[in-house]
Amino acid sequence: METVKKRIKPDLNIEIMGLKFKNPVIAASGTFGFGREFSKFIDPGLLGGIALKALTLEPREGNKPPRIAETPSGILNSVGLQNPGIEYFLKNELINVKKYNTVIIANIAGNSISDYCGISKKLSATSVEAIELNISCPNVKEGTVFGSTPEGVYEITSRVREVCGKPLIVKLTPNTADIAKNAMAAERAGADAISLINTILGMSIDIHTERPVLNANYGGLSGPAVKPIALRMVHQTASCVKIPVIGMGGIMSGDDAIEFILAGASAVMAGTANIVNPTLCYDIIMGIERYLSDKGIKSVKEITGKLVMN
Amino acid sequence: MTAKLLYEEISSIERLSERIYMMRIKSEHISKSSKPGQFVNIRCCEGNELLLRRPISICGTDIQKGTFDITFMVKGKGTQYLSQRKPGETLDIIGPCGNAFELSENYKNVLVAGGGIGIFPLLYLADMIRHSNKCSLIGFKSSSEIVMLDRFKTCSNKVGVCTDDGSAGEKAFVTELLEKELNGKIKWDIIYACGPYEMMKKVHMLSAEHGIKCQVSLEQRMGCGIGACLACACKIKCRGSKGWTYKHVCKDGPVFYSSEVIWE
Ligand SMILES: Cc1cc2nc3c(=O)[nH]c(=O)nc-3n(C[C@H](O)[C@H](O)[C@H](O)COP(=O)(O)OP(=O)(O)OC[C@H]3O[C@@H](n4cnc5c(N)ncnc54)[C@H](O)[C@@H]3O)c2cc1C
Ligand SMILES: Cc1cc2nc3c(=O)[nH]c(=O)nc-3n(C[C@H](O)[C@H](O)[C@H](O)COP(=O)(O)O)c2cc1C
Ligand code: FES
Repeated sequence: METVKKRIKPDLNIEIMGLKFKNPVIAASGTFGFGREFSKFIDPGLLGGIALKALTLEPREGNKPPRIAETPSGILNSVGLQNPGIEYFLKNELINVKKYNTVIIANIAGNSISDYCGISKKLSATSVEAIELNISCPNVKEGTVFGSTPEGVYEITSRVREVCGKPLIVKLTPNTADIAKNAMAAERAGADAISLINTILGMSIDIHTERPVLNANYGGLSGPAVKPIALRMVHQTASCVKIPVIGMGGIMSGDDAIEFILAGASAVMAGTANIVNPTLCYDIIMGIERYLSDKGIKSVKEITGKLVMN
Repeated sequence: MTAKLLYEEISSIERLSERIYMMRIKSEHISKSSKPGQFVNIRCCEGNELLLRRPISICGTDIQKGTFDITFMVKGKGTQYLSQRKPGETLDIIGPCGNAFELSENYKNVLVAGGGIGIFPLLYLADMIRHSNKCSLIGFKSSSEIVMLDRFKTCSNKVGVCTDDGSAGEKAFVTELLEKELNGKIKWDIIYACGPYEMMKKVHMLSAEHGIKCQVSLEQRMGCGIGACLACACKIKCRGSKGWTYKHVCKDGPVFYSSEVIWE
């Protein structure tokens, strides 16, 4: 008779940037708001962390609608960083989001390096656990300017690093020539982790009106359609930097998350998944646990970067 | 009123016209808690090809039987998927979503004006208004798209029908029927409207001219449907230097007073 392997409950805890996460699944910025709406569907405390909607110094109205379009296995968005501004957030939202028993990551964006520094300073004096530098949003002109070259990434990261008292994650854009070079620039400039990928610049056309579907014409592509590109970029990046990599792009299941972890990600983020189904992050966590348990792997940490290349 | 993520069974589906279907869905929660104007957000594929849920208005409920109805026109892949579902299958639904039309016992005379797929939420509304004099004005492209007429007749004191091509009812736009009613003897208390943007804009202008309250149900492309992704923006008046802000159809709407909307 075959001996049945004893099923173990795998350890999903990870520790990166000196922060403890109860599991490696984090809600990606812009898809989970400040948690309020989602808390009616899922206990945010089940997640490893939440990356909040991007914050800017001043409130922003965002782009004209339509802001979203569906493409095969993907979505294009041009929300354009609509947010109530850092002051409003600190006054009205921070208390609420801190109630959730999970790691809170503030995602920040701006028009200039001094904007980024200003917000980082303000957030450093609060209880958010980490700051994610969004230098990669394709829906505003300024952001990608910093994020698309190694020089730009180095400059903004090092300037923010000087004033930032929290663990600093630099979120990279895939809309660039060599993403690994940008990652190395962020590492040299003092980033504590890299997250990638933000959305890929794309377009969708309504053939009846002969116009782009999105009012902004171009938008950021996310969802399963981008997963192969995201995986390749996470792999290239993780092979070049020593700091932890947080991988994302089209993760919809535990198996998808495992692919990213094998490719070198220490943690993952899921964005579009939340829009599809407000409880999907939980399914992703359960899927990771099932995979590890089926394989008899004790801890998720064991498989980060375990990929064997052909 | 709180929206829930539900897996509910289809109890029947009926083809009302070439492209329009009515589906009855079992749901204790939605039948009990929904109000006219609210919608459900439905997953329209099994795998991951179509990621976005489709917003469809609730068109009626049966609290005793624990069911609610939706009526939809087949437009693209999502509504086509819905049209091919069979009784006994389950749907992945979030609902009831959004706010509702404001009803009041003080509204003695109400006008309901709908165009095309906009008539479906209005049927539920007309059905739930019990103590007022109701006039329903409904417009279609042509006679082949006329549906629900009998049901509007049952729940309204007067019904006006028009088509763009004159193949049934008057050859007119709903707004022309509306103008006639507004110029008539009755003093109307409120207009409820849902339909194409240009129609609602005209309804708003007429309501303003006649000094009558007006609520409209707006449409916008949606992502999450629960107010988090900020995709479904619409320009709404507010205090402050700019005089407007982007609110969100799925959460702050779909129903707004037409006087709050910045019509473009
Ligand atoms: C609050 C609300 C209530 C609605 N109620 C009804 C109803 O009761 N009956 C009905 O037939 N239709 C209704 N609609 C319109 C319905 O949502 C669209 O016809 C449907 O989403 C089209 O999907 P599709 O895949 O068939 O078409 P496609 O054109 O292939 O859809 C592509 C994408 O565009 C979006 N989209 C296309 N048209 C619209 C639209 N008019 N409004 C919003 N998103 C759109 C789809 O959701 C999808 O994400 C409502 C829309 C809103 C916003
Ligand atoms: C509607 C929407 C809004 C987003 N807003 C932000 C944002 O404010 N800041 C940011 O860094 N990324 C933002 N993103 C990008 C996601 O965080 C993520 O990088 C991307 O969608 C890829 O992951 P996914 O395929 O799991 O969605 C947004 C994505 C979507 C779909
Ligand atoms: S659809 Fe996401 S906020 Fe309205």
